[in-house]
Amino acid sequence: MDTNGAEGLGLLGDPTRRAIFELLARRPHTVGELAQQLPITRSAVSQHLRVLKDGGLAVSRAEGTRRIYRLNPDGVTGLRVYLDRVWEEALTAYAKAAQAAPIDPKQEDQ
Amino acid sequence: MSSTPTIPPLSGTITVDVPVERAFRVFTDAFGSWWPAEYHIGQADMATAILEPRAGGRWYEQGTDGSECDWGRVLAWEPPHRLVVTWQINGQWQYDPDPEHASEIEVRFTADGPDQTTIQLEHRRLERLVDGQALRDGITGGGGWPSLLELFAKAATNQA
Repeated sequence: MDTNGAEGLGLLGDPTRRAIFELLARRPHTVGELAQQLPITRSAVSQHLRVLKDGGLAVSRAEGTRRIYRLNPDGVTGLRVYLDRVWEEALTAYAKAAQAAPIDPKQEDQ
Repeated sequence: MSSTPTIPPLSGTITVDVPVERAFRVFTDAFGSWWPAEYHIGQADMATAILEPRAGGRWYEQGTDGSECDWGRVLAWEPPHRLVVTWQINGQWQYDPDPEHASEIEVRFTADGPDQTTIQLEHRRLERLVDGQALRDGITGGGGWPSLLELFAKAATNQA
């Protein structure tokens, strides 16, 4: 698949990162809470969170000694990442359809 | 009026081993045959989606119960090389009829040879969708993006 502007897919291309994204979509979490629900270390969770933050999908804030992570509420990056995925899938499906039948069935019928 | 900074457009490119006329026809006439059915907005399951072949035409889905939901309008119809449509589906996965909130999709079909075509797609003016979203959130007290993200998470999970 040859797509440009696919940074969103990169951000969520990793299954563990996607799992973290989905957990954050439900409610804010700390690193420890995320690590409890996933088969990876706290340090691995932190690394994924850093990627999500750098990509604009997640934000964090300090609450006492804890740091709480949640999805970026501004929505702009989320929309873009989401539509990026829609088009990636749609274009792949389109290419399959275009190449599937050598003759357009509609034309053949008429 | 616009309060949201410009969002960089999305772009995608794909090459198919068919003549440009066929590439355009499959994209448009046969739109409903390839569009991933999970990306739809109607209450009923999507039976098909239709792109009317003319400038000013509708772009809409038909549900299995016969209901119809608009997605956008055809702005430019230039077979077999260019197509521009609006995408008026907002973050709540609903049609926004306000043309001020319409994002645009331009698709260009370039013949690389007699049997090969490159399709370049650009989805732009995304900030218009967000402006519409912000407006609606201001009225209803929010709740737009979480539903989109839930949908996204579901799609991402199904893909795994």
